[in-house]
Order: sequence, then structure tokens, then C-alpha cells
Amino acid sequence: MSFAEGVAPEATSTQATPGITEPNGEPLLSIRNLEVHFDLGGATVWDKVTRASLGRASRRVVKAVDGVSLDIHPGETVGLVGESGCGKSTLGRALLRLTEPTGGQVLFKNRDLAQLTAREMRRVRRHLQMIFQDPYSSLNPRMTVGRIIGEPVKTFDLAGSRAEVEARVCELMETVGLSPRFIKRYPHEFSGGQQQRIGIARALALNPDFIVADEPISALDISIQAQIMNLMQRLQREKNLTYLFISHDLRAVRHIADRVAVMYLGRLVEVADARVIYAEPLMPYTKALISAVPVPDPEVEAVRRRIILEGDVPSPVNSPSGCPFHTRCPYAIQVCSEIVPLLAEIKPNHFAACIRISAEHPDIDTVEPGRAPGLQNTVRVTG
Amino acid sequence: MKDEPSPIQTNEVGLDKLKPALTSLGTPPEPPVRARRGNTIHTTSELAIGEGDVYSNEAEIEAVAGKSLWRDAWRRLRRNRLAVFGMVFLLVIACASLVGPLIIKATTGYTHDYIPSEASLIKSFPPFTDTDGSFSWKHPMGTDTTGRDILARVLFGGRVSLTVGIISTIVSLIIGVSYGATAGYLDGRTDDVMMRIVDVLYAIPYMMVVIVLLAMFSGQTPHGRLLLLFLALGAVSWLTMARIVRGQVLSLKNQEFILAARATGVSPTKIIFRHLVPNALSPVIVYATLTVPQVMLQEAFLSFLGFGVQAPLTSWGSLAFEGIQNMAIFPWQLIFPSVTMALTLLSLNFLGDGLRDALDPQMRRG
Repeated sequence: MSFAEGVAPEATSTQATPGITEPNGEPLLSIRNLEVHFDLGGATVWDKVTRASLGRASRRVVKAVDGVSLDIHPGETVGLVGESGCGKSTLGRALLRLTEPTGGQVLFKNRDLAQLTAREMRRVRRHLQMIFQDPYSSLNPRMTVGRIIGEPVKTFDLAGSRAEVEARVCELMETVGLSPRFIKRYPHEFSGGQQQRIGIARALALNPDFIVADEPISALDISIQAQIMNLMQRLQREKNLTYLFISHDLRAVRHIADRVAVMYLGRLVEVADARVIYAEPLMPYTKALISAVPVPDPEVEAVRRRIILEGDVPSPVNSPSGCPFHTRCPYAIQVCSEIVPLLAEIKPNHFAACIRISAEHPDIDTVEPGRAPGLQNTVRVTG
Repeated sequence: MKDEPSPIQTNEVGLDKLKPALTSLGTPPEPPVRARRGNTIHTTSELAIGEGDVYSNEAEIEAVAGKSLWRDAWRRLRRNRLAVFGMVFLLVIACASLVGPLIIKATTGYTHDYIPSEASLIKSFPPFTDTDGSFSWKHPMGTDTTGRDILARVLFGGRVSLTVGIISTIVSLIIGVSYGATAGYLDGRTDDVMMRIVDVLYAIPYMMVVIVLLAMFSGQTPHGRLLLLFLALGAVSWLTMARIVRGQVLSLKNQEFILAARATGVSPTKIIFRHLVPNALSPVIVYATLTVPQVMLQEAFLSFLGFGVQAPLTSWGSLAFEGIQNMAIFPWQLIFPSVTMALTLLSLNFLGDGLRDALDPQMRRG
């Protein structure tokens, strides 16, 4: 535990921040070494007393997000994928300070959101919105649709009179494909897809620049998923939105995302262009993840080789030393358990965190057994 | 709409021909090709695939008022016969308690504390009996040992009992909701401390506390003691309320709509009062309805022991206490107040159960 903390500051200095390297203007949002650690220690006084007396580590910490750096550019959609419990949603919430980050920075328009006071943050929220996973529970069941969508408008005083608020709500409802005549209805009177449209309309009410979509389609039927994704894409074109699209559905991400970031146990392990990452994933974990996507072609599907990962995701309370993935990685060598790999630009705009590959040897299958060409990119943490 | 051909032509040629005549289910599917917004008709090419479905079967254009969850609950409550019986009975009792004593005073001149001056009237008459033993409407419930009209006393006692029940419940509601919501909202250490205090209070035999309190202030006027009774009973029945509210707030706090409210910049106070409180209300209402009979029973118990309401005021509990002394000779002195009280408590419980069914969270989506 202690050495993992020791590596963090050095990591900042050497780690490449995945973004688009070509001059493409300023990023809209820069995440720098963001950390969200949940302190489980100190649940009871008794725990503390016994632990202290036995001389054990006094706190247990869940590292839900552990040193994530990423640049998100205006108008792009970044897909964030990973298994359940890897910290995707926590990262999305930490960006909007719905969960307080415990370290690192979130730079938005040259301001560090993590440092803003609650009052300042409320003002900035206009530009950053969120779409939620469960369309029903994200809507207050006691409020009409009109009040739900109108609430942000009123909160930020974007419309003067009551009639203006209502006009704005109607406009928003039409934008997302809902009939304004439903304005006086309650959320439970809508289907899941319609509820999600309401959630989207609420997010759009403030004309945000950036929207975190936290698994916006995973609670919906497959046909409704397509509708919602098409809607999101159309809105992106019309309103020049930037999305962080969090999902465990790799096919959905391939459909909607420009770039994909793969997360494992609170860390980003690979970031690349969406087309590239599906065609030639570099990191063993990404390979396994992508090989798990079924292909809608029986002949291809019949010969498709799946990489089956053994074991479960390790508990983020006692995350493994070194590379978090080494316990399940078929390519792991001894060094992997000792060294925390950092994201390195293996190919142009293609970042991966694995010591067994490097820019010179990007294909892990051709790297000689036992060699770790990416070692120079990282910091030795033990010995 | 499905049957008649639409007068609006779409851009796509031969779209109707693409429509299968019959699907396996026997009905042709409505393709999401047209959408109507106000006076404009949009066709598929303007909307992404599948997006138009929301409009596809719109017949009427006028706005539809939705059914709120409260109205849904009210509808379910009305279908529950026992709950409706409870409501009607409570309404009757409440009205009778309010206006009944006035009517009796106007017609017969009796009030709850009117003792006739004539010596021949100071005795307990059975119901519907006049001084000469013939049938009479003068005292439908008879009179008590001092000749007071029992109906007037029961109705007046109803005023006291119902007021005790309602005011004490309101007291417990105010303390319980604010305490529980604060604990749940602040969370962490504050929550721990606040709820441990509740645990400790739970461990105290509260009836003893109330008895001690009432005994300490025994020198007060009857009305002062009544006020004390309200406060004492309310102050001990807020504990469960606080736990219920805290539990509700804790589970609601992590719901996505609270996150959404925070994400859209809603201030904490507005989150509590606009989002948390209305959603935490249904179990609170149910519990409050069930607290009223509980408190009334406690008041009756205290009055029965002689600590509660004292003469010349009266309540159902103290009436029953008086009645039980002469139970063998004048049974009507006991029967009428206790039956009225039992029916009222039953009605309140029916109403509470009905409310619980109507507001049941599992039926919310229905």
C-alpha cells in the first residue's frame, strides 16, 4: 500500500497524457492524475483501537479512481469502457464533483474544478451535465416532466417569466423527440426510452458544453438503445456537444465514440482512436475485452477466438501490487507484479499501459518471453 | 389513425408497399415514418432511425395532464373498502365531537359537566329511559352516577381524545422528521451520534417517564395538564418517526435524481425540500396515521391510571375508568365510551393500513 502511494508523484512527471497530439486546439477538459479514494477505515472506534494495537495499517482505502489523466477535446465523444466496478462511473461523477475527488485536477476552461468552492462549482455546473443510467430513478417521481426539465432553467434564471420557462421546456422536449403535450405528465407514465429522453432534455436545458453519459443505454431495450444513441449523435452535431460516454457495451461505444479509453481497477490501461482500438488492441486486457464482443455473423462468430480471462477483478481495497492486471494477464511476467505501468504512446495517438510492449515492439505476441521492452517508461517501485 | 390512409405523403416512394401485410402477431406494425410537431409534419429523412416513434400514434394534440403519484394513491385508497369505512367513520366521529355537544346543549340543556340540581335526577339512568322509566330520546346513552348525560360526555371526550392523538402526532412528526432528516442528510459521525441518542432513548421505559412528568406537574390546571400530556406523549413517540425518516433520506440520497439535482446546480436546501421531503413523505404519512391510535391508547391508559385527563375535562380513557367502577350495575357507563373508542381506533388502523397499501413503494411504477 505504501509504495503505491509513493509512486504517484513520479507517475505524473513521466506519464504521457492521452489526448490528440496533433495541434487540435485546447482540450475542453483536462483530467490530471485524478484520484478518488474511499476511506473504509475508521468505521468504528473499536476497529481503530484493535488495528492500532496490532500495528496493522490503520486504514483500508478503496482506490476507485487511481491517477487517471485524459484530455477531452471539444466536439469529440470519448468512450470509457471497462468491467463493472472498475471505477468508470466514479470517474464520471468525480469530473462533475458529484463524488468528491481526493486528488488530482480537473481543468475546465483553465479552472481546476476540484478546487472550486461549492458555490463556484454550482455556477460552473451550467457547462457540465450528466445523463444517468437508470432513466426512472434519475427523475423525481413527484414532479411533472415540465418541472423536471424546467428546474435547471429556473435555477440558473435562464428564462424570465413562467411562460418563458414553459416555452423553453417545450422546445427542449421537441429537441429530444418528445411531444410537448406530455409536459404535465409524471415520469412513471413514460416508457424507459422516453424517460431517458426526459433525462437528456434536462441535461440540455442549460446548453452545456460537456456531458457525461453514465451508461445511458444499459437499462434500455436494444431497439431503444439505438434510438437514444442516434438522438445523442444528432444532438452532438446540432449543439456541438462533447461526450464522455461511459459504457460496458463495447459495440455501443464503437458506434458512438471517436476515442476509447479502457479502464481497469481505477486506472486507464489503453486509450486510442475507436477504429484503431477495435482493430488492433495493444494491451492484453483490451484484447480480452474486445475478443468478448460477439460478432453478428454466424460464420465469423463460429471461428472467433475468445480470450477467456481467469479469475475475478481483484478487490479495489487490496489492489494488486505492480500492474493491476498481472493477476489475470496471460502475458504476465515476474516484473509485472513489481512495477506499475504507465500510459505510454506506443503508436501515434495510441496509448497503453503495459511494460511488455513499447513503441519499438508494439505487438505483445511477438515480444520474446520474459522481456519487458516498455520498462524504461515506468518507475521501479520495489527493490 | 391506423386504419385510414394518411393524407400526408412521405418522401419515400412505395413505403406502404414495404409494410408487411400481416406480421406473425396479426397486426401490421406502424412504421415510425411520420412525426407531427405542431403544424409541421416531419418525415423519416429528417429524423434519425427510430426517433419518430414517440409521435407516431398521436391522435389528439391538446396537452394531457398526468396522474401524480398522490392521485394514484388516492385512487387506490378509495378502492379499499375498509379504509373508506375508516375514513367515513372518523369523519362522522370528528363532526359529532365538534358539533354534537352544542346540539345536545341546545336541545336538552346537558353538557359534559352539567350536573342536574334536582336530587331525583342525580342517578344513573339506562339508555333511552326517562325519569319515570318510559322510553325517551333524552339520554340515548343514559346518564352516569351523578346524572350527567353520557352521550354529551362521550362526544366531549372524543374532542379531547382526538385532539390528544392528533396534536401529539404532530409534535412527534415535527421532532421526528426534522431530527431524522438531519441525521440522514448529514450522514457520517453526526448521524452516528444522533441515532445512538435515539437508541438510548428507546431503552428508557417511556411510560414511566410520562407518568413521572405528569406526576411532577400535578398542581397544574386541568388544561395545563392536558397541554403537558400532548407534549409528553408527542415527545416519546417521535423516536420511530426519526428512524423511518432517516432511513428514507439515506436511501433517497443515493438515488440518481438527487445526483441529477446536484448536477444541475440546485442548492442543498432546495434539494431537501423539493426532492427529498416529498419522496420521503409516504411512509411518514402511514406511520403518522398509525401513531394517532397508539397515542390515543396511551392517553386512555394514563387516564385510566388517573394520571391523564382529570375532571371536569374528560376523555374516552377517563370515561372508561369511571365506567369500570360501576360495571356490574350500570354497564352502559362503560360500554358506550369504550365501544366508541374501539371503533375509532379500528377505523384509524384500517385507514393506516389502507394508506400503506396505497402508498406502497413497490406499487409506484404501476
